[in-house]
Amino acid sequence: MTRESLLDVEDLSVVFRQRGRADVRAVDGVSFSVSPGETIGLVGESGCGKSVTSLAIMGLLPKRGVRVEGRITFDGTELPALPADKLRLLRGRDLAIVFQDPMTSLNPVVPIGTQVTEVLTRHRGLGNGEAREEAADLLRRVGIPDPSRRLREYPHQLSGGMRQRALIATALACRPRLLIADEPTTALDVTIQAQILELLKTLVAESGTALILITHDLGVVAGMCDTVHVMYAGRIVERAPRHELFADPRHPYTGGLLASVPRLDQPRGARLEPIEGSPRDTIPWTSGCAFAPRCPNRIEECTPVAPDLLGDRHGLRCVNPLRSDRPETKAVPR
Amino acid sequence: MLRFVVRRLALLVPILVGLSILLFLWVRALPGGPAEALLGERATPEAVARVKRLYGLDRPWYEQYLTWVGNVFRGDLGVSSRTQHPVLEELLRTFPATVELALTAMIFAVGVGVPLGYFAARRHGTWLDHLSVAGSLFGITIPVFFLGYMLKFVFAEKLGILPTDGRQDPLMDAEHPTGFYVLDGLVTGNPEAAWDALTHLVLPGVALGTIPLAIVVRITRASVLDVLHEDYVRTAEAKGLRPATIRGRHVLRNALLPVVTIIGLQVGLLLGGAVLTETVFAFPGFGKFMADSIMARDYAVLQGFILFTAVIFVLVNLLVDIAYGLIDPRVRTA
Repeated sequence: MTRESLLDVEDLSVVFRQRGRADVRAVDGVSFSVSPGETIGLVGESGCGKSVTSLAIMGLLPKRGVRVEGRITFDGTELPALPADKLRLLRGRDLAIVFQDPMTSLNPVVPIGTQVTEVLTRHRGLGNGEAREEAADLLRRVGIPDPSRRLREYPHQLSGGMRQRALIATALACRPRLLIADEPTTALDVTIQAQILELLKTLVAESGTALILITHDLGVVAGMCDTVHVMYAGRIVERAPRHELFADPRHPYTGGLLASVPRLDQPRGARLEPIEGSPRDTIPWTSGCAFAPRCPNRIEECTPVAPDLLGDRHGLRCVNPLRSDRPETKAVPR
Repeated sequence: MLRFVVRRLALLVPILVGLSILLFLWVRALPGGPAEALLGERATPEAVARVKRLYGLDRPWYEQYLTWVGNVFRGDLGVSSRTQHPVLEELLRTFPATVELALTAMIFAVGVGVPLGYFAARRHGTWLDHLSVAGSLFGITIPVFFLGYMLKFVFAEKLGILPTDGRQDPLMDAEHPTGFYVLDGLVTGNPEAAWDALTHLVLPGVALGTIPLAIVVRITRASVLDVLHEDYVRTAEAKGLRPATIRGRHVLRNALLPVVTIIGLQVGLLLGGAVLTETVFAFPGFGKFMADSIMARDYAVLQGFILFTAVIFVLVNLLVDIAYGLIDPRVRTA
């Protein structure tokens, strides 16, 4: 795995420090790798550290008050050790990211055209005319009709779905080798969500881009990812190939996430099963499993020592996992 | 855009009618009058009555108003009761001086204030930031006349590198076809006179520009701080753009919107004349002349000058709105 992988994240920790307050360990010893053409999912509730992980890979975390530990290796290069100007050359060209909210991720006072072409002129050295043609082509490829008109327009003249397409077009402009999509469909209508996901899927398949898909929506993961990493409170609690994870979830948190997805094959009026409590009801990993306070399978061994992530193909961080043959999770939710 | 400009200019008509009536009543509500001011404290009632009849001040105010409005339409603003020169002539003599001074002050305020505010925000929480905030507080609170005298003392008296007062070295042979002395020096092919006029503008310009400078620093800093946390700035960083592109296109262009409003308001205020600065530097401008006219109850000058100021204020604000539309496309379509 490691030999052919494009990005290796090893033991990544991100600590936010604030004067007068205890340090917050938003990401805590996370490791994973992605190979070219592979799609992995980082799944978890809000605040579990998945977005911080993506910002750490991109080097977009604020410099002050944040400590990043561990190794992030992209194609043999240690990203955190790279000087700022070298990293700027990689960002937007080899590493690209699509953010969650298309309504706020585009500059309101700059035409769409400029926002797409500026990556092309910066990283591919295109002239203005060439860049505009290329930009129109990109917009057409992501399914924006009448692209030359759209290039002249401003973000407020486009719908949310259009804007997200424009952002995806920008991210793909330099044919990045790694694309991070951070909740790319959360802010969009359900019908648009499917289109955007389909679009990402085709583009990744066509260009062999490695994709890290960050989401809290297991439905999105089901259709897209090769491997899924489930995060809780800054750590990966379960890691498995997609089919295995859906067919045989072992961690009670993963099980809870799956059970809380609404499904069409359930009778109408059947209650959704929420995970008890909220992400605030965690305990620090230093005093046991952070999920223990919310866990239905909780036993005495869950505290005070946190379990390690064990298992190679199907990684699991749990001392009392779910039994491995739960028939009701066989159907893959979509 | 054209329709917008025409509509705004049409709005000037009711503003001017209303203002002129208020103005007319206001100057007459001042205790005493031009006749009393001219003749001094020991004037006999007969003499005062004779002067009043001479200027038509014995007639009812609405008759005086209509006569005045009729004259204004013919380009006749009346004659100053203090200097005995036509008001229009006084206006054309003093206003260019004030324009030069106000422009100098604003170039200083914006030229120093915007970069300072930007860097204070970029280095938020560092000594540079604290220094600029404290400095701008100091700039707002320091009395202009005190600052004026200090500047004069240091740069004119002690160092002797800048002139103490006036608009031009009286010994200099210079012609003044336009009344803008720097421009005059250039159009009459006398660069020495232009340079001399420019050096005369430096100290009063700095003194007058200090308060606008402090305001511009604070507004820019606050505005840049807001914009730096916007998602689209993160998007720009994620594209790996050059720092200069991010600064100019993505941060400043958005951050300058509130700054433009402040600049417009300040220019409007400064063009109304700066009594203190003009007095300290014996600068023959609009504000000083108007202050003297208030003392002399010079009705014609007050009416003409204040009305003119109102027109200027409206025009400057119109320019600000046009500039706003140029920067922010959302305003344009609204």
